[in-house]
Amino acid sequence: MNATRPPAADGTAALTGHARAETYNYDVVRKFAVMTVVWGIVGMLVGVYIAAELIWPDLSMHLPWLGYGRLRPLHTNAVIFAFGGCALMATSYYVVQRTCQTRLFSDKLASFHFWGWQLIILAAAITLPLGYTSSKEYAELEWPIDIAIALVWVAYAINFFGTLAIRRVKHIYVANWFYGGFILTVALLHIVNSAEIPVTMWKSYSAYAGVQDAMVQWWYGHNAVGFFLTAGFLGMMYYFIPKQAGRPVYSYRLSVVHFWALIFTYMWAGPHHLHYTALPDWTQSVGMVFSLILLAPSWGGMINGIMTLSGAWDKLRTDPILKFLVVSVSFYGMSTFEGPMMSIKTVNALSHYTDWTIGHVHSGALGWVAMISIGSIYYLIPRLFGREQMYSVPAIAVHFWITTIGVVLYIASMWIAGVMEGLMWRAMNADGTLTYAFVEVVKATYPYYAVRLLGGAIVLSGMLLMAWNVWKTIAGGRPVEARIPVSASAHA
Amino acid sequence: MVILIILIPMSVVLALLAAGMFLYMNRQGQFDDLESPAFSVIADDDSVHADQHDPPVA
Repeated sequence: MNATRPPAADGTAALTGHARAETYNYDVVRKFAVMTVVWGIVGMLVGVYIAAELIWPDLSMHLPWLGYGRLRPLHTNAVIFAFGGCALMATSYYVVQRTCQTRLFSDKLASFHFWGWQLIILAAAITLPLGYTSSKEYAELEWPIDIAIALVWVAYAINFFGTLAIRRVKHIYVANWFYGGFILTVALLHIVNSAEIPVTMWKSYSAYAGVQDAMVQWWYGHNAVGFFLTAGFLGMMYYFIPKQAGRPVYSYRLSVVHFWALIFTYMWAGPHHLHYTALPDWTQSVGMVFSLILLAPSWGGMINGIMTLSGAWDKLRTDPILKFLVVSVSFYGMSTFEGPMMSIKTVNALSHYTDWTIGHVHSGALGWVAMISIGSIYYLIPRLFGREQMYSVPAIAVHFWITTIGVVLYIASMWIAGVMEGLMWRAMNADGTLTYAFVEVVKATYPYYAVRLLGGAIVLSGMLLMAWNVWKTIAGGRPVEARIPVSASAHA
Repeated sequence: MVILIILIPMSVVLALLAAGMFLYMNRQGQFDDLESPAFSVIADDDSVHADQHDPPVA
């Protein structure tokens, strides 16, 4: 790959002050950034609704398409792939352009990527409530949508790596490595896991059967956590925390080590989702060992992100965007400690199938993924719409506290419910019979489900506040066409 | 567990590809300077003031 490239037409254009100076493609970043907020609200609203259904089952009104079983995959798809996906796409397109000091490889591909992705989300929102599902967790969409995902993803990859190839700076900033790893791996995971045989337009069967299918499913499932929900968002961490704090990464060297260590150790954590199943015992143990190893790169990265603030801790007092970003990294540290612990077989014997897992997922998804996305979007919106800062900075601070309280309520209630369930399920009488019937355990979880609903509703209300703030910021601004600095081409 | 005959070699191939990528990029000098890139990102002015010119017609 040729690192430097002679400046294109812009060199002379900039000198003559011609109107056609080269600009960044902020348009696609804007679209994805706004849709991040929209899908965040939709996805979390569905989450709050199904949390309420667990307390009041009649809330589905006996309509099949409002039932928990159909709306739960809609919730997970909406928050992971619509909300999280749009956040990753907005930030990756911004970061790759700014750090490579070049316009996106192709505006047309970017446009295709945006509209294609939105159509896929729309298709998911229609087909899942109708009951069309491949029944593979986090990969429920049926085969026509799977093909569409593969096509759109290829467009994304070409555009991202194409932009890296035409960069005007020699060095590839570390955030791009994380984004690139995310894009490549997710493509592979999707293609392998979604191998299926169509029988009708909306029905297919997996190419794998039984425990083989389970193995592929969780190889996919956990790597989706590792590369979609971790690597991509670490790219965000390595760009937006230094930018917002105005300080370089604590250790750039460590960030490079972080990337390569994560890439080499992540692939085999998946079997920890299948402890005590038909999966061969040694495979389960391999999954556990790799999960434990992951603690090292995860915490290295977490410390690197947080220590970026060393010497500037006072900024945390006044800057609510930085609060979002830094607290998200502490949640990352928490959940990447909790995860390896839960993968230990003896701990898993207690935690598996309980609400502890739900709590763990949300400490990662709300605490880490959502909070770093929200912080990054608050950073981006004013810059994309020509405003000094968000319409209301105090509203960001309120949003921060709302989210933090909501997340803590959510995960604490699920921890308690989960450990309680695990202990009640395994409780035995002296004669060897079970102490509790299953329904007694369900009954005991009610109060915690209520607290979870409250926590989720609080987080959702924060998103509504964000939507108002974003709306007001956009209304008072205008879309920016940012010029690529001339110096970029000067020393190319 | 026939599937492991596919999944495990695939992981090994991927790890080898990643290692190759690392060695190639290392030889290209990507990792020679692990101090200044952190600063150049901070130096890039992406605030609204960086761009006071009229937005060109897109």
